[in-house]
Amino acid sequence: MAMVLDEEQSMLRDAARGFLTDHAPVSQLRKLRDSGNEDKFDRATWAAMGEMGWAGVLVDEDHGGVDMGFQAAGLIAEEMGRTLTASPYLSTAMMGATALGAYGTTSQKETWLPKIATGEAIMAIAVDEGRKHRPQQVATTASKSGNGFKISGTKTFVADGGVAEQIIVTARTAGGEGEKEGISLFLVSADAAGITKTHHDMIDSRNSVTLSFDDVEVDGDAIIGEIDGGASPLNHILNAGRAGLAAEMSGSAQACLSMTVDYLKERKQFGKTIGEFQALQHRASHLYSEIELAKAVVMKALQGLDSAPEHASLMVAAAKAKLGQVAQLAAQESIQMHGGIGMTDEYDIGFYMKRIRVAEALYGDSHYQADIYAKLRGF
Amino acid sequence: MADLDTFRMETRKWLEENCPEEMRHGVTGDEDACWGGRHWTFKNDAQRLWLERMVAKGWTVPEWPVEYGGAGLSKAEAKVLRSEMKRLNARSPLDSFGIWMLGPALLKYGTPEQKKEHLIPIARGEIRWCQGYSEPNAGSDLASLMTKCEDKGDHYEITGQKVWTSYADKADWIFVLVRTDFEATKHTGISFILVDMDQPGVTTKPIRLISGKSPFCETFFDNAVAGKDQIVGEINKGWTVAKYLLTHEREMISGMGDAMGRPIGDLAAMQIGLEDGKLEDSMLRTDIARLEIDGLAFMAGMEKIISEAKAGQGTGANASVLKYYGTELNKRRHELMMDSGGSEALTWGAEEDIAAHWLRTKANSIEGGTSEVQLNIISKHILDLPGA
Repeated sequence: MAMVLDEEQSMLRDAARGFLTDHAPVSQLRKLRDSGNEDKFDRATWAAMGEMGWAGVLVDEDHGGVDMGFQAAGLIAEEMGRTLTASPYLSTAMMGATALGAYGTTSQKETWLPKIATGEAIMAIAVDEGRKHRPQQVATTASKSGNGFKISGTKTFVADGGVAEQIIVTARTAGGEGEKEGISLFLVSADAAGITKTHHDMIDSRNSVTLSFDDVEVDGDAIIGEIDGGASPLNHILNAGRAGLAAEMSGSAQACLSMTVDYLKERKQFGKTIGEFQALQHRASHLYSEIELAKAVVMKALQGLDSAPEHASLMVAAAKAKLGQVAQLAAQESIQMHGGIGMTDEYDIGFYMKRIRVAEALYGDSHYQADIYAKLRGF
Repeated sequence: MADLDTFRMETRKWLEENCPEEMRHGVTGDEDACWGGRHWTFKNDAQRLWLERMVAKGWTVPEWPVEYGGAGLSKAEAKVLRSEMKRLNARSPLDSFGIWMLGPALLKYGTPEQKKEHLIPIARGEIRWCQGYSEPNAGSDLASLMTKCEDKGDHYEITGQKVWTSYADKADWIFVLVRTDFEATKHTGISFILVDMDQPGVTTKPIRLISGKSPFCETFFDNAVAGKDQIVGEINKGWTVAKYLLTHEREMISGMGDAMGRPIGDLAAMQIGLEDGKLEDSMLRTDIARLEIDGLAFMAGMEKIISEAKAGQGTGANASVLKYYGTELNKRRHELMMDSGGSEALTWGAEEDIAAHWLRTKANSIEGGTSEVQLNIISKHILDLPGA
């Protein structure tokens, strides 16, 4: 597959960059944070994204989407990473659309995909239960109750869980904790009786909650995919999120580098522009090299999800492992090269460092991904 | 496309019929490859036959014009040929600095006479070339070179010393950067000249490296003679030719980051063993996973940068990214191979000569422009930093 964007993709990228720069730059996130906005994203901006078709980028045309594939979805995520735009895009347009589009029942698809495509329905994925991402460590249970199930347990680090209308939750229907078999996926209304949300004040100022389920009743048709067989669909849904986060981190890393290079050309010390110092030139050029290759591995992962999703796990793990490291390097180097001003809240670099930290941890950090990579490679 | 399919089928058939069995596996090292030249002794009949047959097809240099020993293939046809050779695991019939480095420069800057005189023997593997660039006092600062070239009316006379000349002791001709104007600023007084090494004025001396091998030489010019028609490009404008050629060398060296041979994770699993499906040495396992991931990123990056270049996007200076990253990656890779090999990797002449290869890689980030020089190029031509 070509490693350059085609015309349609280039147009989408340019349109996304233009819109986000004008309507959702870092100053928007700052304003959301400072005003104490409870949603932690701007609903008008999200509605506009829905109108432009972004929320339906992975939804098929029969269900009202534009069906442009993962590479296109990644381009939007990358541009959002550049501007740090807060939105439920990743959990809704990438993961939610993948979950229902690939594994949903006809009725689930008909009910939810059109609403996802317009941005009307916000989704969240509730997977983790502890401080680290361990998708097979599921202690949450779904026990048979009449024609349906009762779900009990606690889910941590649920991105957009505070604003979602529907939650996709993993629960154990069989097997013991840590086992791959026996995990099932349920689609649960966020306002169902028995769900308690605990909002967290996250370092990246984005929406994240802990959800506790206390005998939450769902119908039998709330299952996504097959009962006890949720592990494999879950992996694909998570891969969609991981690739999206890798793309987002790529955009953030590029923005950090670009801000830093601009600063190196402007700041003067010792009677010189500091960009003249080779010590700084080499730091910046090393970072540039890392980012160039990182962009390419993200592209490979997204293309893999488009062309052969069943074989995409290796490249997705590689991409998220690599971007976790490269984006953190970008944020760290940017602060170092900016000097004291980079440490101030008034300057934007800190926002990047904090969001990159969260994106790196979400759905498996760089260590986790490297471990998955080695396992898949057989060592 | 139909034509390309026909070409593929014909190529496949020809290769199957003409590539000797012994030539259907990769070379085990520089010693196993076919380099050609006046004094070349073929390792076996298969090596000779393979070269002769490929030469007759023009496929040692498939994209060069037919009149210069090539086959005049289009880029797409050449790609088909490469993929069909790969399918058969057919090795390259001829390794050659003439093909990789001098050829492209001559095709771009040479006179019709120079092309005729030099390209055909390169394509046929009859003349082996080496590159005379670095000097004892001109390494990274190559443009400060001082090898003198004087106009003696009917010929040029060259005096000076080159160093790090790869395989000079085995080469027939050398392309040399010489100073033709000592008054001009350093980049503008340099010329690019071709010199026959079969003369008393040229002597070579191999340099023994830490790896125990001697791939490089010192090359001495003592009133060596070169024809008036052997300057490539304009006199005093050799730096332009040299820079063009260096971009080819950089791409060639960065290609060494290409995971040649068995991926290191597999090698380590075999050497150290697994425990519950994981490499028994958990810290090494992490380092190897990281290295392989960076290798994937490098390969993807190379593909992307080449795609962009073909589409007229991106910047030529990205070759420096590949040179920098590819060579640093290759050094890391060999460090891990030493870690994985343990005490068995610490003996000379061990299987696959791990230690010698490990030591050799230390030159990767020095030759063809050091890593620091590549970072300077990125700073200047990509990031546009002041004073770079």
